[in-house]
Amino acid sequence: MKPVLQMKDVSVSYTPGTFAVKNVTTDIYPNTITAIMGPSGCGKSTLLRAINRMHDLYANIKTTGEITLKGNNIFNMNSMEVRRLAGMVFQQPNPFPTMSIYENVLAGYKLNGISLKKREKDEIVEQSLQSVALWDEVKDVMSKRGSFLSGGQQQRLCIARTLALKPEILLMDEPTSALDPISTNKIEELLLELKQKFTIIVVTHNMSQAARISDNSMFMYLGELVEHGNTTQMFTKPKNKRTEEYLTGVFG
Amino acid sequence: MNLNLKKSMDSRKGKNKLIYILVCLFSFFAMIPLFLILWDVISKGYKNFNINLFTKVTPSSMDALIANMNGDPIPGGILNGITGSVLIVGLAILFSVPLGLFIGIYLSENRDKKFAGLVSYLTDLLQGMPSIVIGIIAYAWVVKPLGSYSALAGSVALTMMMLPMIVRSTEETLKMLPVSYKEAGLALGSSYTSVVFNILLPSGFGGIFTGILLAISRVMGETAPLMLTALGASVVNWNVMEPTSALPLLIWDFYNDPNLVELVWSTSLLLLIFIFLLNWIAKIVARKWKI
Ligand SMILES: Nc1ncnc2c1ncn2[C@@H]1O[C@H](COP(=O)(O)OP(=O)(O)OP(=O)(O)O)[C@@H](O)[C@H]1O
Ligand SMILES: [Mg+2]
Repeated sequence: MKPVLQMKDVSVSYTPGTFAVKNVTTDIYPNTITAIMGPSGCGKSTLLRAINRMHDLYANIKTTGEITLKGNNIFNMNSMEVRRLAGMVFQQPNPFPTMSIYENVLAGYKLNGISLKKREKDEIVEQSLQSVALWDEVKDVMSKRGSFLSGGQQQRLCIARTLALKPEILLMDEPTSALDPISTNKIEELLLELKQKFTIIVVTHNMSQAARISDNSMFMYLGELVEHGNTTQMFTKPKNKRTEEYLTGVFG
Repeated sequence: MNLNLKKSMDSRKGKNKLIYILVCLFSFFAMIPLFLILWDVISKGYKNFNINLFTKVTPSSMDALIANMNGDPIPGGILNGITGSVLIVGLAILFSVPLGLFIGIYLSENRDKKFAGLVSYLTDLLQGMPSIVIGIIAYAWVVKPLGSYSALAGSVALTMMMLPMIVRSTEETLKMLPVSYKEAGLALGSSYTSVVFNILLPSGFGGIFTGILLAISRVMGETAPLMLTALGASVVNWNVMEPTSALPLLIWDFYNDPNLVELVWSTSLLLLIFIFLLNWIAKIVARKWKI
């Protein structure tokens, strides 16, 4: 099987001379969930944000190396296209405050100036909300503001908003860290569903979460990718001493 | 409890109380002039606050003199001032709102560019510019080249006064929005412009709109710059190239005419009502649109 995402010598620096991510090289295969783990400040978010070229927004951030998405170098593509193919879900649920639940799901279309017929809209909204198991909870309050929902519901709404654009891969930065255990559980179940259709990369601090949902895990330390492999294998027989120390709670 | 400690607590409580009473007292004294002004304007203004005021133009000094001698009400109103203010301020809104929004967006999105710093500095400078100087500039830029006093010249002057206020309120409002809105929008693959218009501006609507209303209420009463630009007129004028009256200009005219001086109060009352209304709406909008 061909990898959907390939990184080669990817480095990111916020300030010249120092690297928040150093020479990361790895492949991600389709329809898998990859968990990125590592101590705070090791560069997990930085690596994730390199994949959808979020760093382009800030002039001081330099990204080098090669990232290919379905065989295309993302730095040769239009950044807007890259971001549509690699959808991102943030740590804090952030539905757009002036839009209704319905409009939030369609926000990607509206922002990109894609006009849809009412029937198509309804279909996309229902489908996207169904796939994040939110449809039954909100179908009668579609015109309410997104911020009307609970934190967990908001986060599922944000996932639906991203899914509505039918991305190839889904980048999630600690998507459950702001949520209670029940909402967390729901989102974990959801991710296991979603991997049938998408490839998912999720940053998490929660090792049991990584163990529960991920197929592969990446362990990062001081900006470097220390270990990347099958999750079960990594949790039972880590190859690197640092990984072992982190997983057994010696540091982190 | 330790007796000393209790004593010192008591004395601190006493001091607190004293300061509280002083604060109330001073606030009360500060309010007195405000209420006196309101009382004066209302009690003297309501007499001529009738339908004539809103439907008739300024009477000639002679007609007013005759009416005064016969004990009749003043045969005229301030319709020319009302329409003039609407025209001049309306035009100024048309100029300053889009321009102010764009500059505000630019400043909030390019915080550390050199040029943005310069623009920001100029904005402060314009904000501190005396209104009479702005009037002179508008005179030199518009009245002189066009060869005539005009509503247009007046609105150019008011635009210069509104611009810094709108720029600042737009900039500050947008700066307070969390970056996550912008990033979330861009992460959906949308263009920067689209994010500004579909997410940032609507999210900041409350603050920006409030700023615009306050800027309007601020320039509604400006007199000096209009004297040098719109000049005034005793007829209703909708032609932007002609001299035009405005409420504050009328107040000045009435003040200088012993036969019309009665109307100073009614005109002031109307202006105050406008300004209070604008401020009140601004408050409601600011509260309702809080995110
Ligand atoms: N905007 C920024 N400007 C400068 N340095 C930054 C910036 N963002 C992150 N860094 C630095 O880059 C390094 C990696 O940060 P990053 O946010 O990627 O870590 P992380 O692994 O996601 O940590 P956490 O688990 O706490 O979210 C850190 O040393 C951090 O201080
Ligand atoms: Mg992070």
